[in-house]
Amino acid sequence: MSEQMTGAQSLIRSLEAAGTEHIFGIPGGAILPAYDPLMDSSIRHILVRHEQGAGHAAQGYAAATGRVGVCMATSGPGATNLVTPLADAHMDSVPMVAVTGQVGAMQIGTDAFQEADIRGITMPITKHNFLVTDPADIPRTVAEAFYIASTGRPGPVLVDVAKSALQAMTTYAWPAELNLPGYRPVTRPHSKQIREAAKLILGARRPVLYVGGGVIRARASKELRILAEFTGMPVVTTLMARGAFPDSHPQHLGMPGMHGTVPAVASLQRSDLIISLGARFDDRVTGNLDTFAPGARIIHADIDPAEIGKNRAVDVPIVGDCREVIGDLIVALKAEADAGHTGDYEAWVEFLAGVKKKYALGYDKPTDGGLSPQYVIERLGAIAGPEAIYTSGVGQHQMWAAQFIGYEHPNTWINSGGLGTMGFSVPAAMGAKVGMPDSTVWSIDGDGCFQMTNQELATCAINDIPIKVAIINNESLGMVRQWQTLFYNERYSNTDLHSKRIPDFVKLAEAYGCVGLACESPEDVDATITKAMEINDVPVVVDFRVHRDAMVWPMVAAGTSNDDIKYARDMAPKFDDDDDLEVRP
Amino acid sequence: MSAVPDSRHTLSVLVENKPGVLARIAGLFSRRGFNIDSLAVGPTEHPEVSRMTIVVNVEGSPLEQVTKQLNKLVEVIKIVELDGPASVNRELLLVKVKADAESRGQVLDTVQLFRAKVVDIAPDAVTIQAVGNADKLADLLRVLEPFGIRELVQSGMVAIGRGSRSISERNLRPVTIPAPPAVGG
Repeated sequence: MSEQMTGAQSLIRSLEAAGTEHIFGIPGGAILPAYDPLMDSSIRHILVRHEQGAGHAAQGYAAATGRVGVCMATSGPGATNLVTPLADAHMDSVPMVAVTGQVGAMQIGTDAFQEADIRGITMPITKHNFLVTDPADIPRTVAEAFYIASTGRPGPVLVDVAKSALQAMTTYAWPAELNLPGYRPVTRPHSKQIREAAKLILGARRPVLYVGGGVIRARASKELRILAEFTGMPVVTTLMARGAFPDSHPQHLGMPGMHGTVPAVASLQRSDLIISLGARFDDRVTGNLDTFAPGARIIHADIDPAEIGKNRAVDVPIVGDCREVIGDLIVALKAEADAGHTGDYEAWVEFLAGVKKKYALGYDKPTDGGLSPQYVIERLGAIAGPEAIYTSGVGQHQMWAAQFIGYEHPNTWINSGGLGTMGFSVPAAMGAKVGMPDSTVWSIDGDGCFQMTNQELATCAINDIPIKVAIINNESLGMVRQWQTLFYNERYSNTDLHSKRIPDFVKLAEAYGCVGLACESPEDVDATITKAMEINDVPVVVDFRVHRDAMVWPMVAAGTSNDDIKYARDMAPKFDDDDDLEVRP
Repeated sequence: MSAVPDSRHTLSVLVENKPGVLARIAGLFSRRGFNIDSLAVGPTEHPEVSRMTIVVNVEGSPLEQVTKQLNKLVEVIKIVELDGPASVNRELLLVKVKADAESRGQVLDTVQLFRAKVVDIAPDAVTIQAVGNADKLADLLRVLEPFGIRELVQSGMVAIGRGSRSISERNLRPVTIPAPPAVGG
């Protein structure tokens, strides 16, 4: 079916054909032609207040729904404001398409008004990007952008369209096929590698399933649970994988890494076989690589071959989609079990259960009756429950939200893991709520993060997107302050935000058409959360005024060995006691 | 035989002939900290495909990571490592050497010895064209040096595998993916 229309109409028609239901964006000169046909489209466009908000909203939307998130911006500053979300989506493998206007084709390269080479700028931070100057290329380019964003290792794709292409007349025809000779992601794992992996799993005595965000992107939680329960192997879920395996499950040891649980870190360090599923041996997980899991052999399954062997040498590499990899492993291990071969992990599981019991996550309550941030987050998780969606910014509140909320389902924990973007939480919550309108969406945010993107509360209030925001207000850049406490002799250079004084978050919320609540004593926490849960017509912002000296524990200091994990300040756990672990030959 | 150190590898990279591809590849090398010794790019027997010959110097980061990262670029179709003995590699050199009436004879002898060519002559200089592998060109320059090198320009290396096999024919057949159907017709 081909029809005559403008490039702008062709663009909107193509976005509809690709399945777009929502776009987060802001118009401007170069993209303006596209906004005219958008008025008549089935697509709901949500006018945000800053393009960064559009980008993070598209990420939140994608992370909550598993569908491609779409954002739109004009040329120059509109496009450059998308740089942070694109880099964020690239690091965390979020399927996303960003459409930007570009100056007219004849003006490209002339330093025209609002011209920026956004394709050049975003080359290193997108999975792929396009510059379209011929309107005839619009449908095929949009189809390719969605295909690339959502297949293989997902990621952001930018489509930059010259204004002249939007204004010109063209023929719309949705392509029947895509010609991408250099793009052939491997999703089916090699059967030989699966057999090798199964052999290692059966022979191991101290195996651990090291689960990363790839399991969530691959929608492989169900399969993971079957694999874990069938074999009895312990499971750790990285920051990006919280929710991929139920926190309530007895085999779950929690999150590994810099602020991981002692049992999760211990399981990797003492393991003889790490089965990495959609994880990438990030420095925040491994600590000092030279001393990371020194006795472990490695099975590394990832859809991106470049991740395999990048940081840690691998014994069995498996390239493939995590759901297919896990599915094949289950089949292989069941066949082995039928032949009488099963792994023996009893001593290991018992050892880890001991560590888990001995070093459960905890925190000290302030002695002066003040509010502890961990308590607020713990109660929030308990009251809002595992069906809610939680987003977070970056810093202490993020770590506590990863630690003290029990996640039971994938896609319910949405945060900026790789790039560590402060200000991610509120716009991501907005996007998640648009994508999952029937879910309760809590943005857990720090007072520093919140002040970077809170303008999107206006977007939420005006567009009926009733998110809930919990500001964990410790009036400082808490994580930086924690490092200053630990590593800079308590010299607090530029981390004091004074946010219990300025701004007044309750008034700010009200100014944005939201309900503003405040809470500063432990006795009021449950009632405040319950009250916030009851408001579903407008966004709610709660200013939890917490004490500022709480620190995130456990902690592996940057660049040090996981073996040097501290359970609390100057307290090293003794999971290394050889008596604890009977290693049979 | 080539005396190129072991950390150097010659990669033949088939890429889609689209704007920006060179920037993508150059950017990838720079941001991942891979060193390029030389890079040459040109058309192939297929108009939609360009071929790059990249000589990489991988000291710390393994070659495997270079090729994997290159392969992730959507417009990279195929990467083949060409190893020395099984391939022919050539560079082009243009060099302007001082040569007056007195020294010109000696310079021309050198040209002949290296099977190079004089492509331009001025009263006090000659411009020489030479083609060869890196060692041969380095030798030529060493001999020419005493006469006085006024200017020189050198191409990146291009390389091709020996024998009848082609790295391109199998990979240049069009590969199409059925497009996801349009939503809502």
